[in-house]
Amino acid sequence: MPFRFHDDISTADVAFEAWGGTQEELFISSAAALLRTMAEAPEQVERRQELTIRLEHEELDLLLFSFLQELIFYKDARRLLLHADQVRIEERGGTFTLEAIVSGEEIDAVRHRPLVDVKAVTLHRFQVGYQGGVWKAAVVLDV
Amino acid sequence: MSLPPQLRKISPTVWELPITYKEGMRVPARIIAPESLLAGMEAGVFDQAANVACLPGILNYSYCMPDGHWGYGFPIGGVAAFDPATGVISPGGIGFDINCGMRLCLTTLTEEEVRPRIRELVDELFFAIPTGVGCTGFVRCSRRTFRRVIERGSRWCLENGYATPEDLEMTEEGGCFEGADADACSDKSIERGYDQIGTLGSGNHYCEIQVARPENIFDEATARAFGITIPNQVMIMFHCGSRGFGHQVASDYLQSFLKVMTTKYGIKFYDRELACAPFRSPEGQAYFAAMKCAANMGFANRQVILHRIREVFSRVFRRSPEDLGMRMVYDVAHNTAKLENHLIDGEQREVLVHRKGATRSFGPGMPGIPDCYRETGQPVIIGGSMETGSYLLAGLSSAAPTFYTTAHGSGRTMSRHQAKKMVQGRKLLGEMEQRGIHVRTSSYGGLAEEAGLAYKDIDVVALATEEAGLSRRVAKLVPIGNIKG
Repeated sequence: MPFRFHDDISTADVAFEAWGGTQEELFISSAAALLRTMAEAPEQVERRQELTIRLEHEELDLLLFSFLQELIFYKDARRLLLHADQVRIEERGGTFTLEAIVSGEEIDAVRHRPLVDVKAVTLHRFQVGYQGGVWKAAVVLDV
Repeated sequence: MSLPPQLRKISPTVWELPITYKEGMRVPARIIAPESLLAGMEAGVFDQAANVACLPGILNYSYCMPDGHWGYGFPIGGVAAFDPATGVISPGGIGFDINCGMRLCLTTLTEEEVRPRIRELVDELFFAIPTGVGCTGFVRCSRRTFRRVIERGSRWCLENGYATPEDLEMTEEGGCFEGADADACSDKSIERGYDQIGTLGSGNHYCEIQVARPENIFDEATARAFGITIPNQVMIMFHCGSRGFGHQVASDYLQSFLKVMTTKYGIKFYDRELACAPFRSPEGQAYFAAMKCAANMGFANRQVILHRIREVFSRVFRRSPEDLGMRMVYDVAHNTAKLENHLIDGEQREVLVHRKGATRSFGPGMPGIPDCYRETGQPVIIGGSMETGSYLLAGLSSAAPTFYTTAHGSGRTMSRHQAKKMVQGRKLLGEMEQRGIHVRTSSYGGLAEEAGLAYKDIDVVALATEEAGLSRRVAKLVPIGNIKG
């Protein structure tokens, strides 16, 4: 998977690093890391409902922050665990816009093996950058 | 780890970072801990306490409590008071789980009476109190009603049959932060939390059946004043907060403060998680009003959970909650900001106290605590790991320097992933069963993450608060049953 968890960054919570060849792939892998944080068996989350998320921000890192926050919102407001299937990011006039197709289903305590309720994405050591041909993000989640 | 070389020992439990430690510090930072706990603190704790000391309007010291560990913006265990006229308010000084707190309820049952029914009790509690990822509660309330809940807190519970007048008296702030304004909360925050009243959540949140054994009573007179009057008395302790609603309020304002902090108010960034706004600014006042709503959700959530606990005990023992002596000892909040009066430079002044993973610890005779605790000081509840037990303590007058604040828990020493590598959830459940602790969980993985070995020694933390004069130990309560998200 294009993410890994870091034990040494956060004692009380969950830290991960995600990566991708493009900004879009980075957002998809970050969403996968978030889903894996909440469920031990994310592959069991079936794509029964589809939603479109549209966001914009002047900063790319805060666009990722808002995108992950949106997925956390749906976990509480609709009890949905979601995969990010398609992400499109465009930059125009200093503003990044995102359109994402996400899909999933309501939390199933048996099949998904839920782990921990994520409260929020934090800005602690939060980073998005491009290095050696790879987009990378460092994210700490409050759980 | 190595401690910052600038760290100066003031007393065996007080350590100070001078303002020369970091450019921009307006006051020194003080870490309250014995050497043994200090040595285990991450480097981030010192940096974060120093960052807090840079915020405008901070008074006296930036503090970190003995259970302090690395957090976001403030360290967990961070305490700071600000001048309301010149100072700031920061969501990073309160935490994402606004009014996360502890509640303790008495029974007149003994361990001998409860042991034979422990499985039934824990199973019933597990069904009555939703736990785990994205759980929803049994209170069916509309978004409109929820707006009333968040403005009235436990008062709404009283009006709707989920509380007694005495419950409110035994809750910090009477279970309602005055001045809460639902209009300051986004539709999104309400959407995220309106159906979560009466839910525990997950992570380190729990509901535990505990026993006060005679050998674990430190101060018999105060224990009696707090309602512990019979040997091996059974009590119920639980830990949870304002759920998705509070988390969203914090996230919303963190983002809105980022936009104005420097551009509009010229406040320097040290850490984006320390985003803040002047307390008296429109943004600062809006967050304060929304934060109070989240605090009220925290009180209402714990009150409805208490109602469910009373129903369960009543059903299992076929006796009324009154007959079972199910009275509250107290409810303490450990993630808040409040306007309180404190002595600053020899003068009583109203200040804005941020407590993040830190418990108010008002001493004897102080206003704001129930009359029945005027002689003893307020009850302080410090939760430990599910394997080791928790503490009931009393507030002290000597806690004045920390704005009457003490620790809130034992604090983790190991990451969740590390704990899960070392512990298997199902095995742990079996081992705890053999040690006489019956557990129900909605996640074996989540259970493994909360294993006792991942936490600091609660006995050391509780003793440290006593040695530092922040609170004094009354009783250690050991678990015999636990439900976890």
